[in-house]
Amino acid sequence: MRAPATDLPIALRDVSVRAGGAAIVDRMTFDIAPGAPTILIGPNGAGKTSLLRLAMGLLAPSSGRIDWAGGTAPRGDRLAMVFQRPVMLRRSTAANVAYALRHRSRRAERVADLLRRVGLETHARRPARRLSGGEQQRLALARALARDPEILFLDEPTASLDPAATKAVEEIVGGIAKSGIKIVMATHDLGQARRIGGEIVFLLRGRLVERAPAERFFQSPDRAESAAFLRGDLVL
Amino acid sequence: MSDASAWQLVFGGDPALYAIVRLSLIVSLSAVALAAVVGLPLGAYLALVRFPGRAFLVVILNACMGLPPVVVGLAVYLLLSRSGPLGFLGILFSPKAMILAQAILVLPIIAALTRQTVEDLWEEYRDELTAMRAGYFGRVGTLLWDARFSLVTTLLAGFGRAAAEVGTVMIVGGNIEGFTRTMTTAIALETSKGDLALAIGLGLVLIALIIAVNALAWGARRLGEIRAG
Repeated sequence: MRAPATDLPIALRDVSVRAGGAAIVDRMTFDIAPGAPTILIGPNGAGKTSLLRLAMGLLAPSSGRIDWAGGTAPRGDRLAMVFQRPVMLRRSTAANVAYALRHRSRRAERVADLLRRVGLETHARRPARRLSGGEQQRLALARALARDPEILFLDEPTASLDPAATKAVEEIVGGIAKSGIKIVMATHDLGQARRIGGEIVFLLRGRLVERAPAERFFQSPDRAESAAFLRGDLVL
Repeated sequence: MSDASAWQLVFGGDPALYAIVRLSLIVSLSAVALAAVVGLPLGAYLALVRFPGRAFLVVILNACMGLPPVVVGLAVYLLLSRSGPLGFLGILFSPKAMILAQAILVLPIIAALTRQTVEDLWEEYRDELTAMRAGYFGRVGTLLWDARFSLVTTLLAGFGRAAAEVGTVMIVGGNIEGFTRTMTTAIALETSKGDLALAIGLGLVLIALIIAVNALAWGARRLGEIRAG
């Protein structure tokens, strides 16, 4: 059997994104490799979402180059993304998952498995748009998993959730990471970045300021801006 | 039939009246179905695909929503007349010609409103569908399906235009009694003859039918919305 095509590592080389004369991402060089979760942190406007969209292939750089395992475009069809405010298709919870399935075989069984994995098995027939915010975010995770991804990009998936819903999402994300799927997640919640761990990438004004293993970053950041951000100072 | 009152005509079970009502419904519903088969994918295409001249096409399509029915009737008449390019079909002065003419009249309404609906929905769905690597046909299918409740209203707008239309079907159908006479052409004829009772009776039936079709569609839409969320 042929091995599925891979898109890892993803290499951004001197990548910039400009809009209206301003640099949203500013000459960034960055690699996404298999392994522990990569957590992007930084204040609003740091470029976290843009970086995820670039790596996902949803946003074209204004300059610079992005390689997906040496290719100029994602080829493996195994990149998935969960957005901060996921859009639910106007159909049932189960149908939302079925829609995203990459492989059509054993459809009902796979949908049931995925819904169980995110704790929505009792909501299978409910209209997806009637689910709560936390449930919709879990459904978005199930839908992303239906793509059988090797990389899962998460754009502040708990930004508008209460602590209980946040905990549920984090547990699912932890399970996904343990299953070997590469997680790349943007968050402005330092507690969450600490809980999920892996490596931390601190962004500021579209530039990569510091990249370090989570433990080291939180204990002794190398850069003054990182330390100020961790102290809770207003880093602009 | 001409000396009966409007109410007697409506509730009296007049077979001639039912034949007219039946033909009117067949022509209008078939025209809407035909226009939908072309208009829904055309509207979705214009919503999703960018190409040179697209803006011009959209403006023309929107303008065509106000096509004068008699002009469409005349154009279809010239097409289908014995010396016209489609004269060999031999369908002038038949219900088929009426369906074709009404479909042409309704097509811009369905295509233009579909384009707007799908374009608005695409703004909302773009990231998700792109992230799920949905291809062109997958996107079109998903957007049309998820916009189905709004598109019901689009189809109703088309049906309203077709059902109320008189100029086109008069020209290409000929208003032949028992063959191409519809409610609107019959109303026009009976009014000109001074048989106002029949004209009013037909008018009442026409309005009742339009309300009934809209009520049915509204009910189906509401039920669908409750189920799908």
